[in-house]
Formats: sequence, C-alpha cells, structure tokens
Amino acid sequence: MEFEVFGNKDTRSGFGEGLAVLGEQNPDVVALCADLTGSLKMDAFQKAHPERFFQAGIAEANMIGLAAGMTIGGKIPFTGTFANFSTGRVYDQIRQSVAYSKKNVKICASHAGLTLGEDGATHQVLEDIGMMRMLPNMTVIVPADFNQTKQATIAIAAHEGPVYLRFGRPVMPIFVKPDAEFVIGKADVLAEGTDVTIIACGHMVWKSIEALKELHAIGISAELINMHTIKPLDEAAILKSVGKTGCVVTAEEHMMNGGLGEAVSQVLSRQYPVPQEYVAVNDTFGESGTPMELMTKYHIDTPDVVAAVKRAIARKSIII
Amino acid sequence: MENTALAGIASQVRRDIVRMVSAVNSGHPGGSLGCTDFLTYLYFEQMQHNAADFQMGGKNEDLFFLSNGHISPVWYSVLARAGYFPAAELSTFRKLGARLQGHPSTDKNLPGIRMASGSLGQGLSVGLGAAQIKKLNQDPTLVYTLHGDGELQEGQIWEAAMYAAANKVDNIIATIDANGRQIDGDVDEVLSLGDLHQKWVSFGWEVLHMDGHDFDSIRSTMQQAKAMTGNGKPVVIIMKTEMGQGVDYMMGSHKWHGVAPNAEQLQVALDQLAETLGDY
Repeated sequence: MEFEVFGNKDTRSGFGEGLAVLGEQNPDVVALCADLTGSLKMDAFQKAHPERFFQAGIAEANMIGLAAGMTIGGKIPFTGTFANFSTGRVYDQIRQSVAYSKKNVKICASHAGLTLGEDGATHQVLEDIGMMRMLPNMTVIVPADFNQTKQATIAIAAHEGPVYLRFGRPVMPIFVKPDAEFVIGKADVLAEGTDVTIIACGHMVWKSIEALKELHAIGISAELINMHTIKPLDEAAILKSVGKTGCVVTAEEHMMNGGLGEAVSQVLSRQYPVPQEYVAVNDTFGESGTPMELMTKYHIDTPDVVAAVKRAIARKSIII
Repeated sequence: MENTALAGIASQVRRDIVRMVSAVNSGHPGGSLGCTDFLTYLYFEQMQHNAADFQMGGKNEDLFFLSNGHISPVWYSVLARAGYFPAAELSTFRKLGARLQGHPSTDKNLPGIRMASGSLGQGLSVGLGAAQIKKLNQDPTLVYTLHGDGELQEGQIWEAAMYAAANKVDNIIATIDANGRQIDGDVDEVLSLGDLHQKWVSFGWEVLHMDGHDFDSIRSTMQQAKAMTGNGKPVVIIMKTEMGQGVDYMMGSHKWHGVAPNAEQLQVALDQLAETLGDY
C-alpha cells in the first residue's frame, strides 16, 4: 500500500498558486480579501494584478456583497478569508446575494477545522460544510492536499455558479499527482478494497491513507475514496463501492452534524443501507493546541479511522 | 419629461401598488407609495437603460439595485410601466409560481432585476461591487441604489459606506428613503440614526438632500448628483418622503408599512388616484 508523496505543503498555498495561475489565464477573475492576504496566500495575485484585487478590510459582509455585485459585469470574484468568517459570519449575505441570486462567486475559505490550531475554538469552524451544503445552488468542495487545492481553484473558475472551496493551514503530505485532472463531483478512488469503504475529504484523506497501511497489516482490505466534492455528491461512486464492501467509514475534519458523513448517510439510507461509522468531531467546540494534538484529542486521527473501520466491519456481520 | 407626465405615471403606479397588495392581502404599500415619485423619475427620466432587451450584465446601461426589497410593489409597477414586462403580470404579485415574488429575486428571471433583496443592508455592497467592475470594464454608466432609513441600522451599510469612500467609488448614487418610519414605529424611537447628514459626511460621501415628492427637487438634485460623479467621492441623497404618500389614510403613520388595504379601503385609495395609463 504505497502512495507516492510529492513533498509537504499547506493546502492554502495550493489556493494561492491556483489563483495566481488564474490571474494569468483568465482576465475575468478578480479577487477580494478581508485583511488576510498573507494567510490566504493571495499576495502573488495581488502583486501581479493590483487592478483586479480588492482589499475589503475587516468587513466580510460587505466583501460578499461586493463580490455578488462584481459578477454582474461578467467578472468571476474569488473571496478569501478564514472559513469561519467565510460562512457563519456572512451566512445571510451568501444566502441572499450569492446562492439565491445564483451569482458566480467563489467563496474560498482557509484555516478550516481544528487544524487551524493554536488560535482556538473562536476560529476553528467545524460547521461550515453543513451550512454551505444546505444552500440550494451551492457547490461545496474540500480538496485533499496542496496539488488538489491548486487544481480545484483553477477548475472552479470554469464552473458557472456559486462555489464554496474549503482548505486549511497545516503543512501536510502531497499525494495527488501534479498533473491530475480535477473534475467537480467526480470522486477519486485512491485504493481498491473489499472489506470496507473509507470515504474521506480534506486533511482526513491523508489520515486515511495512513490508516490503510495499518489495516493492510492486520489483513483488512479497505477501499479509499477521496470525496473532494461534498455537493454535488458522487452517489454512483459511493454505491459502486459499498456494493462491493458492504460497510462505510466517513472521515472529515468537521462536525458529525451536517458534514460529509451525513451527506453519505443520506445516500445510503435511501438506496443501499449498510453500516456506517463516523470519524468526525462530535458536537463539541475545539480549543487551542497544535493541529496534530487536536486531531488526536478530538478523535479525527489515523487510529480513529482504524477503530471506526473495525466497528463498521463488525456491524456488517451482525446485520447479515 | 414634463412634471405633469411624470405625475400621471406616478398616479398609475400608486394605483397598481394598492391594487397589488390588496389583491393578496399582503405586501408593503407604505414605503412603496413613498418612493413612487422617485422611482418614476429614475426610470422615466434619469437612467440610461434598455427595458425592451434586459441584459443581466447591464453593460453601458445604468444599473439600479433596490436594497429595501420589501417595497417591491413600486419597483414591479415602474418596471412594468417602463416596458420590462407586461403590466398584466402585476396581477400575479406574491402568487404561487409568479415571477413577482414577495421580495425581488433573480430566481424566476423577471426582467429588470439583477439581485435578490429583502434581507436588509446588502444592496449598497452589491451596488459598489457592480460600480467597481464598471470602472474596470471602462463602462462610463452609473449605479443607483435605494435604501430605507430604517435599513441604515444594519451594520453592513456602514461597512459599505466606509469602503466606498476609501476606494473612491465615484460612479454610484445612493438614495435614502427618509420617511422616518419603520415597522415598530418612528425611526427616532426604534433606534435613532442620530445626525444622518453628518454620518455620511464623516464617512467621506458627498451628501445631497431632496424632496421625494417634488419632481423639480428630484430633477435638480439628481442632475446635481450625476454631475458630482467621477470626482473621487461617492454620492448619497437623503430623500425626504412621506410613507403612504398619495393615500390620505396611510400618511402620517408607520401603520401601513406592511399592511394591505381591504376592499373598502382600496376603493377609498383608488378614488384619490387618477387612472392615467389603464389599470392592469
């Protein structure tokens, strides 16, 4: 079970590089930021295209409204701030001026989840996937690593309609090939297996890759799906896999309520009910700590994926 | 356009408003009647726009955003009377499946509308975004927005106000419907805006005042506002109006903000408003 690793980088840098590429490729792309240009790695775009970069200051509601208005003249606005301020703080602005109005705004959100780390729970949004996937017209994308975040950033510019793109702060291994094609709504099967399907997104894809090695060592054959698009969800990929494995583990850096796991369970409960176990934060706020300490404490780490797989497989035999 | 012609259109628009809200026993006649003269002037004299061929992009057209979306009846009537869609469609206001939603939306592709509004405080940001892209696209036309005075209690308005001046967005003319009333009572009692003129001045805007029921005042002020654009500062007009203007029993109170007249009350209102263009 070997995965080629292409180095280590943060996903937000993938966003920054993707945005810089778009700046060169597409004169309609404009960018807005709410006083976090460095954190979002938007400096390169800002420097190369100052006339297409709009500093909104610490005023996120206005930024979302500006972005919605900018679509009217045919531009493709990318907004950048932390995930918490990209969603909960501006939910109504997104709901009315972006989602309901079907505006071509790309809401790009960094520092999502617990791995924001030391800043603590005020900034560690764990509800954003749920909030965004509840909105009609909204596409929700959570890329897994640096390369995929760069590819997704470029891909969403070509997609007409509102998009929420979620990424993060910590440096993590890069395993998606640099030349991989990013297709919105089409899941990546990273490993084939027969005993269990692991469906993961974001940083939890790497944690699941690590879990594969441990599972392999104890004789469990796991299939791993990188579900980078939460909405629209690749139902066919899920059903194809569980038809073979008969049980599922979902893994996400998000609340159990509202996230990837819940989206997957909706598909399964209606079309192919099988045991599902969740690796997710269970109805609690985070706290200060290093990203990896927090993943361990809040049970979204590699051992938690392994344990969940064992539980899911055990339940499978009971049901049968 | 002659003032008498504008007044004739406005009278028909007011008839449309009270008939629309009465027919579905819901909607917001008060602010709609108060902004009738302004919107009539804006669409029939001030703005450069193309009613016959509505384009979402609005390139080389002036754009209008209604931030206080609850006064949709006046906007729908003015749009219809200006030729964006047939006046007969006004009869579908707030009915199931209609393009004329309770609050304006782009969801059903009603010509003339470029952004949903209803949840207050968002339209100035939207207008500024559109205005900045007009500049980027070297499009010399302008952006107009309308806001309620009560709406100015929303914090996003002041985020936008700060942004506009800091970024010298000087191709936008915002208008405040200063009727002094909101749902719960007088604005001064609910949450006073304080010195509104000075607030806008201190936020870096050019501030003008006009009487929203006097076409001479509206014309001269709007022409002055337009002449002020392109000089590095955004322009706001504080427009004095009377909620319910044109229907005597609706004036002088906040009570008709969001209440529709019954059949009997409707007749009293219609008796005060000449039918000039034919009822829908």
